[in-house]
Amino acid sequence: MWSELRALRDGIDLGTPPRDGEPVTLSVDGIPVTVAAGSSVLLAAGIAGCTVPKLCASDTLEAFGSCRVCLVEIEGRRGYPASCTTPVDEGMQVRTTSDMLAKLRRGVIELYLSDFPEGDIDGGWSQLNTTLDQVGVHRLADDHPYRSGANHQGGVLDMSNPYFVFDQAKCIVCSRCVRACEEIQGTFALTIDGRGFGSTVVAGQNESFLESDCVSCGACVQACPSDALIEKSLFPGGYERADSSQA
Amino acid sequence: MTARVFVPCDALSVALGADEVAARLVAETAARSLDVTVVRNGSRGLFWLEPMIEVDVGGMRHAYGPVEADDIPSLIDAGLLDAGAHRTNLGPTDQIPELERQTRLTFARVGVIDPRSLDDYLAHGGFDGLRRALAMSPSDVVDEVEASGLRGRGGAAFPTGIKWRTVLGAPASPKYVVANADEGDSGTFADRMVMEGDPFCLIEAMAIAAHAVGATHGVIYCRSEYPHSIATLEHCIGVARQYGWLGTSIAGSVLEFDIEVRVGAGAYICGEETSMLESIEGRRGMVRPKPPLPALEGLYGKPTVVNNIITLASVPWILAHGGAAYSGHGVGRSAGTLPVQLAGNIRRGGLVEVPFGITVRELIEDFGGGTASGRPARAVQIGGPLGAYFHNDQLDTVLDYEAIAAAGGLLGHGGVVVFDDTVDMAVQARFAMEFCAVESCGKCTPCRVGSTRGVELIDKIVLGEQRSANIAQLEDLCEVLEHGSLCALGGLTPYPVRSALQHFPEDFGQRNQQDEHDAQENI
Repeated sequence: MWSELRALRDGIDLGTPPRDGEPVTLSVDGIPVTVAAGSSVLLAAGIAGCTVPKLCASDTLEAFGSCRVCLVEIEGRRGYPASCTTPVDEGMQVRTTSDMLAKLRRGVIELYLSDFPEGDIDGGWSQLNTTLDQVGVHRLADDHPYRSGANHQGGVLDMSNPYFVFDQAKCIVCSRCVRACEEIQGTFALTIDGRGFGSTVVAGQNESFLESDCVSCGACVQACPSDALIEKSLFPGGYERADSSQA
Repeated sequence: MTARVFVPCDALSVALGADEVAARLVAETAARSLDVTVVRNGSRGLFWLEPMIEVDVGGMRHAYGPVEADDIPSLIDAGLLDAGAHRTNLGPTDQIPELERQTRLTFARVGVIDPRSLDDYLAHGGFDGLRRALAMSPSDVVDEVEASGLRGRGGAAFPTGIKWRTVLGAPASPKYVVANADEGDSGTFADRMVMEGDPFCLIEAMAIAAHAVGATHGVIYCRSEYPHSIATLEHCIGVARQYGWLGTSIAGSVLEFDIEVRVGAGAYICGEETSMLESIEGRRGMVRPKPPLPALEGLYGKPTVVNNIITLASVPWILAHGGAAYSGHGVGRSAGTLPVQLAGNIRRGGLVEVPFGITVRELIEDFGGGTASGRPARAVQIGGPLGAYFHNDQLDTVLDYEAIAAAGGLLGHGGVVVFDDTVDMAVQARFAMEFCAVESCGKCTPCRVGSTRGVELIDKIVLGEQRSANIAQLEDLCEVLEHGSLCALGGLTPYPVRSALQHFPEDFGQRNQQDEHDAQENI
């Protein structure tokens, strides 16, 4: 049931919120599509039926540009812009697949996998799993050079909230929970602490979720693409951290 | 008549004992009842001569350096006030070869005037540019900046006039002028020297920008590591307000503009313009995606000119002398002069303002005098910690934006750091990845995770573990960083890493037997 529900949601989540500007027509992989001015290329691609992998984007949140798997190519522009943060232009020609895009997306996914519990990938049904399917990478090879690097697999496991857990081992630091708390709930209970590789999601002033200003609304759990925030009710025997041999 | 003796007050000179020199000078001349005023000027940028003091004899400045406090009695005995002979006598300041050969437009007043004196500033052409700008329409001011060919000196080299025109054309209000003084590149100090040596120039430049684009409020975002700059700016902004160069009816015109200084909290990423805007707004210094351009939606979502200190400090000269006079210097699309900062293992480190078109070799040999160690130069990093390493056989590369880019590098903020033949380039490559890891804001994954993986890969390569596989992975990682990162921190980190790997492969550990075997099989 869960996988069907997730598939349904992934299918209808256009990645960025709708806009109400004047109509703009562009082409995505040769398919003409008309969307409102101010819309993202990611949204236009979704409407055109071209699936662009994404992790940090959701149409319930403003575009953020952190995960870098929704990269596309745009005719006449340099580089590989993130489609979520790139607004559409009249006559724009977008390509959502190419050898280089596939290589870059694989490269980014390998970085995620190098700090993610391997045991949580098989049979998983989070948005991350959908994205892994789309990019075509599910685990690092046994001799992959990224193995045995620094990681957060021994990080915080916060079970203080009665309804959900936060498992830092599965957190990909996409800030969807932080943004949901801010944009949807207006509670501002979550933030990112530290910087670089040390960036972590924390509640309140680095407190437990229960001690923080969190009101248990569940917007963060709903927003989490990697099940780092997940309902306790799904684990009748109690939540247990998965095997982390990947890292 | 009162004799004037100049002792620099900038952070570098103070670190080398300039305050003690000044205090001793005051005490010693008082004890001898000599009529002397000690003026604290900015540094001339001849760092190997600091503390370099100067005496004004009949309108000509004579230099002595490096001077220690204990030299003062003997200097006065030797007739310092009449430019007398002394072990530290350098002759007329303007004739010091490393200074004489420069073309000082942006730095024309730095080291010459008392930075805190408005009178001194006005006596040396100060506010001439603003006066001329105020007599012109905003669009004509932008035309003048466009005609100068000035490009952003912070690193991106974007044409300043085009940026200003975008802000001028933006309908929203209010508009802002933000001066980026978060000078975080290792081996750079040009912004600091302007702020500590000619702060009114920055104030004048921001007022010109305000008139050109219709801004009412300015912010100077200065790194906390520059306490002398912050104090000097605060003082001079106060003076400028008092004398009508900031506030309402500036110089009798309708221009209304004021400036505040905001102090960073020690993050390199806050020198990236969108992170800086987040920081000024009171938030965590995280990169914003572009678009929207800060020129259209910048500080508090309003149209904002964001310029580097050197970019801005070049503007008063351009307005005073005309854009064509500025673009008469330089080569090709690199118009004007570049204040180059020579650092690292170099005999005569410091600031060298020269027209674009000089070679790297002329800079480090003619101006810099070669390495401080006396050993051969092996590598030169141009453009700060994210700039490429140049091999010593590339030193004839011409210093202009396009030529440096064609050689696989970037000019950045004009930092040039020299290394001799004892440098381990694998250590330098690792440092580049480590720098990215330490300074990453943590927003995008290539930079957040990739920089740490990069350090790990280089460690394995140096240890000889599966060398070819790790090098191949490092190259793939560089591609992901370059093309996948949200901003230039992750995007440019591959420059020092790849250039070190390309030009100095012998530093990246010995091939082990298995690798040799693999290499054979691949043939």
